[in-house]
Amino acid sequence: MQTKNTKTFYLIPYFAWILLFVIAPIALIAYYSLFDLSGNFTLDNYKNFFTSIYLKLTLSSFWYAFLITFFSLIVAYPTAYLLTKTKHKQLWLLLIIIPSWINLLLKTYAFIGIFGLYGPINAFLNVFGFGETQILFTDFSFIFVSVYIFIPFMILPIFNALDKLNPSLIDASRDLGASSWTTFTKVIFPLTTNGVKAGIQAVFIPSLSLFMITRLIAGNKVITLGTAIEQQFLVTQNWGMGSTIAVFLIIFMVIVMIITGQREKGATSNGKN
Amino acid sequence: MARTSNTAKIYLALIFIILYAPILYLIFYSFNSGGSMNNFESFTWEHYAAVFSDTRLIMILINTVIVALLSALIATIIGVFGSIGIVYMRNKSIRNSLLSLNNVLIVSPDVVIGASFLILFTMIGVKLGFASVLISHIAFSIPIVVLMVLPKLQEMNSSLIDAAADLGATKGEILRRVIIPFIKPGIFAGFFMALTYSLDDFAVTFFVTGNGFSTLSVEIYSMARAGITLTINALSGIIFIVTILLVVGYYFINQRGKNPVGMGVRK
Repeated sequence: MQTKNTKTFYLIPYFAWILLFVIAPIALIAYYSLFDLSGNFTLDNYKNFFTSIYLKLTLSSFWYAFLITFFSLIVAYPTAYLLTKTKHKQLWLLLIIIPSWINLLLKTYAFIGIFGLYGPINAFLNVFGFGETQILFTDFSFIFVSVYIFIPFMILPIFNALDKLNPSLIDASRDLGASSWTTFTKVIFPLTTNGVKAGIQAVFIPSLSLFMITRLIAGNKVITLGTAIEQQFLVTQNWGMGSTIAVFLIIFMVIVMIITGQREKGATSNGKN
Repeated sequence: MARTSNTAKIYLALIFIILYAPILYLIFYSFNSGGSMNNFESFTWEHYAAVFSDTRLIMILINTVIVALLSALIATIIGVFGSIGIVYMRNKSIRNSLLSLNNVLIVSPDVVIGASFLILFTMIGVKLGFASVLISHIAFSIPIVVLMVLPKLQEMNSSLIDAAADLGATKGEILRRVIIPFIKPGIFAGFFMALTYSLDDFAVTFFVTGNGFSTLSVEIYSMARAGITLTINALSGIIFIVTILLVVGYYFINQRGKNPVGMGVRK
């Protein structure tokens, strides 16, 4: 009996945390989404969400998130692959991760200068005879900065997956006469899909909800679901509509997680290879 | 192999340059006596002096550090006891659902966490400011502590506890002399991750901070929206040095605990 008491005692603060900060907030978001500005119970927020403004916003948010994830993957996979081939690979990996620990705001702020009208990129373009171009506040700058921010989170899981790959599988494939391309598409990539999925998960969901980068780099031109939520909560003070968008964001998140979800058993048996 | 390794080196070098260039660019211009981030006039420490003479900024810096240390400490305590409770739970299905609930805040977008906490604080009447920011930081740091501590606990052989109990150790003694020392590397890693989560957070703080209270991230955001000031550059120079020191510290803790590096990178 005494054992049981101590165990429950350990768990009390943790349970309180789960109730207050995991379950209650989600419930509150769902609850608030059912009220309009003046506090009347209504389903109008949901109706509004299915009007063209919000559907367009959702679509464009998905499109940007897709582009960001896609380019992150294209850059990250070769990087992770080459990292596993280096000597002292853990040290190199650490060097990749360090920038992700520098405050996000500072990195974004740096790009305001770099992409600015008189910044180094424009100076560089000038050498080749291009006039000063507005790079800041364009789709390009938004996607570039986002990819820059998310790259380490894509590299890490892919690196871990590649690192666990048994090198004798690659040798076997080569011995059996497969070209390096065939080895990659038939052996290496299929065995590291779990890492790729984890990376996609780590990039796609935050990309949907970015709002700081859109404000600073895209100058309000790009509106994501995150920007819309921030707008509703902190600017127009329409918590009901903001909550409704948040409800949909949560639903999208769950869908993405199901799609990129890893079958635990498969993952561990692959990992042990 | 030599052919591929050359292209490989160039590619990797390019990635490293792109990753570090913006940070070095910021720090480089923090020494610029001109007021902008493009014409380097002459070397100066004036922007660093400006950081240290700006009492408001120093207060914000102190606030940020206090929130980070306090939230990491409290989150570590709750997280460690929570994971001990989870590990010794007999009912498997409750344990698994607890673990899924644990991960909700890790995968949730920051904006959703911020918005829902804002509703929560307004509802239960917590004044927006230091308290709400601290509580939020504790709340979103707990799951990462649990994730860092759990593997260590699972690694531990339960016969160690049985042996201690057979030798007459009380519950408290087992906890203090057997369990805690064994999972120490996990606790340190968890504390460290909580610290970086807190220092790095912008979105959640942005939602739950009131008018009078600000952390560094929120302050940098409002400064950056107003335009370029080299004070931010000087700040980033300072932050970069501190981050490097923290990372080196974390690296050594990890080496001692022989965990894979960077297990819990910030999402």
